[in-house]
Amino acid sequence: MSFIADTVLTEPSAMLDLGAAPRGFRGRIRGLRAFASGGLPAEELERRLLELGFVEGAEVELLHQGLFGRDPIAIRVDSATIALRRREAAAVLVEPI
Amino acid sequence: MNEMSAGLRDLRIALVGNPNCGKTALFNTLTGSRQRVANYPGVTVERKEGSFLSPGGRRVQLLDLPGTYSLRARSPDEVVTRDVVLGQQAGVAPPDLLVCVADATNLRLGLRLILELKQAGRPLLVALNMFDIARHRGIEVDVERLSALLGLPVVTTVAVRRGGTEALLAAIDAQAPASEAEAAWSAPDATGLRILQREADRILAAVVRVPDRRDAVTRRLDAVLLHPAAGLVILLMVLFLMFQAVFAWAQPAMDLIDTGFQALGAAVGGLLPQEGAAGLLRSFLQDGLIAGVGSVLVFLPQILVLFLFILLLEDFGYMARAAFLMDRIMGGAGLHGRAFIPLLSSFACAIPGIMSTRVIDSRRDRLATILVAPLMTCSARIPVYTLIIGAFVPDQPVGEGAWSWVGLQGLVMFGLYAAGILSALGMSFVFKRLLWRGQPTEPFMLELPDYKLPRLRNLALGLWQRAKAFLRRAGTIILSMMVVIWFLSSVPRPPEGATQPAIEYSFAYSIGQAVEPLLRPIGFNWQIGVALIPGMAAREVAVASLGTVYAVQDAEEDTAQLGQALAGRWSLATALAFLAWYVFAPQCVATLSVIRRETGGQRWMWFSFGYMLALAYVAALATYQGARALGLG
Ligand SMILES: Nc1nc2c(ncn2[C@@H]2O[C@H](COP(=O)(O)OP(=O)(O)OP(=O)(O)O)[C@@H](O)[C@H]2O)c(=O)[nH]1
Ligand SMILES: [Mg+2]
Repeated sequence: MSFIADTVLTEPSAMLDLGAAPRGFRGRIRGLRAFASGGLPAEELERRLLELGFVEGAEVELLHQGLFGRDPIAIRVDSATIALRRREAAAVLVEPI
Repeated sequence: MNEMSAGLRDLRIALVGNPNCGKTALFNTLTGSRQRVANYPGVTVERKEGSFLSPGGRRVQLLDLPGTYSLRARSPDEVVTRDVVLGQQAGVAPPDLLVCVADATNLRLGLRLILELKQAGRPLLVALNMFDIARHRGIEVDVERLSALLGLPVVTTVAVRRGGTEALLAAIDAQAPASEAEAAWSAPDATGLRILQREADRILAAVVRVPDRRDAVTRRLDAVLLHPAAGLVILLMVLFLMFQAVFAWAQPAMDLIDTGFQALGAAVGGLLPQEGAAGLLRSFLQDGLIAGVGSVLVFLPQILVLFLFILLLEDFGYMARAAFLMDRIMGGAGLHGRAFIPLLSSFACAIPGIMSTRVIDSRRDRLATILVAPLMTCSARIPVYTLIIGAFVPDQPVGEGAWSWVGLQGLVMFGLYAAGILSALGMSFVFKRLLWRGQPTEPFMLELPDYKLPRLRNLALGLWQRAKAFLRRAGTIILSMMVVIWFLSSVPRPPEGATQPAIEYSFAYSIGQAVEPLLRPIGFNWQIGVALIPGMAAREVAVASLGTVYAVQDAEEDTAQLGQALAGRWSLATALAFLAWYVFAPQCVATLSVIRRETGGQRWMWFSFGYMLALAYVAALATYQGARALGLG
């Protein structure tokens, strides 16, 4: 299941997924596009991301990244800092601000 | 009993909230307990009960629960929380009141959980914790407005300060008797979660004013500590410093204890005659108690230095960062990123390490971590390592000038720790290939908490608890094993006119002789054989047993120190093989039983016992034969 806010549909070029974002990237979440990953079905990955605050409209900032393959990454979502892998972060669609 | 409370039954309250929001700190302050508090998510993994008397005179049964982001219960620790909150345990009614603890500096996810709990229809009371930090950072929360918007009573708390829970206590007393409403909760789907989070965000926007969303100190520290390259280097340096310190800082205190025990031994020796029944008593006190138990107690300072480091890292907030930095390396070995914290805790003891794997959702990932956790060098191995290193490795700096602060002994110690870590990674890689081929590791997601200054009281209490636990072990398991070892090595006494040393008539000698053929290929003598068997009860016992066996053997010579006794008797090859054995040595009985409990059966317990025994033997064999080939035999 995916959920994309309508603003996205009007200017799709500006969007990228959080898994591809560089360090220092700041943006706003426009939608989640979950897929099965690491043995979790798409629906479950989506719920886990939502539970950690990755909800449409939230502001995110990519604060840190690891050495190997720039992975994992630390994302600031509002008042929380969440560490995750780029692979799963790719399910979060963002628009730069 | 107070009249007010007459007729009222105990109030049952549970603490619920996100990980790391301060539930256990609140629990400790309210009940006077000393449960583990630390600055990373996932410290508490089981339910803990305590009780206190409210100011209104009501007896309250308080439950501390593992932290969670939702009631969906994905990992074993979260199952505990869900079952208590929803009253799903057989025969146990749900609590009368849920105190929802939320971190006032990081309200967003906590608020969503509160809204989810509200749907479950249980009586709720909201505690905005860490209010001191929020105030310090200039975060303003309109508590009354929040209470009105949520339709719930809201209080502010500072769990770590005396008097910081007054408002909470007052609110508990004001709580109306609980209704017996049924918990009606069903797991929210993605849409439900979105709706809840949006509502939480709306409320937040209305009641919270934040000058700066990020803690300035955390931001500055993370710029260095989470730097892709520098961060890894710093992590390595922290670990290296820790193992150096275990060796260097503890030495003066250890010498003091050692001198004390020697003086005690000499004093006892002077008081009692050597002959007859009194001689037997003298031997028991001198060789069994003082040489045996004393040889273990000497290591208390080292163990405390190690714990001090671990406690500092935990309280400071570094553990989650270490997990972040190590994630890819762990992943390469087939371990889950979250496995790093349990493995690091296993430096202290494998038991809490194995317990803390409960935060890992996937059973396979969890099992892999449990199987390799005992390979991490636990503090019980410190006595073994220190004894051998002290006896066989010269106490000198590694090099001149810039290297003069690095001791050779500390470096060898670090090498042994590294061997433990590498073998844990290697074995998990093998398990993943052999047992769980092609099954992916679950995603790594972990909240990184803000740094906090470690609290002196928490540190002191933590150290005191560890010291107490160590002394208790010395006084119970180790002491009783020592009595047995002393008995076996002193009885039967040699016949009149015996020509051999007395110990060669003892039971211990016979036992040692019986296992010696098995151990000869790995360079172990019969004394080591005798020490290995009780060493399974607790690893330090191996050292204590050697202390006793050699003390009985050398009764005539009044040997000063176990280390010297070994240096004179063991070849370097034997010493190295003994170290190699203990890198892998089968874990103590307590660890085995925790593995059985946590994996739900004997199978994995025997598996881990077997694979470690095999590894220990092979490693010792390779080391001994290799060293002999190099002419060190
Ligand atoms: N300054 C301050 N620190 C607090 C307060 N409450 C808790 N802490 C600190 O916050 C950290 C987390 O506290 P815990 O009590 O372990 O948190 P928890 O909610 O039990 O965490 P889990 O067991 O992992 O779910 C510790 O370092 C505490 O010392 C508070 O009110 N003020
Ligand atoms: Mg806790």
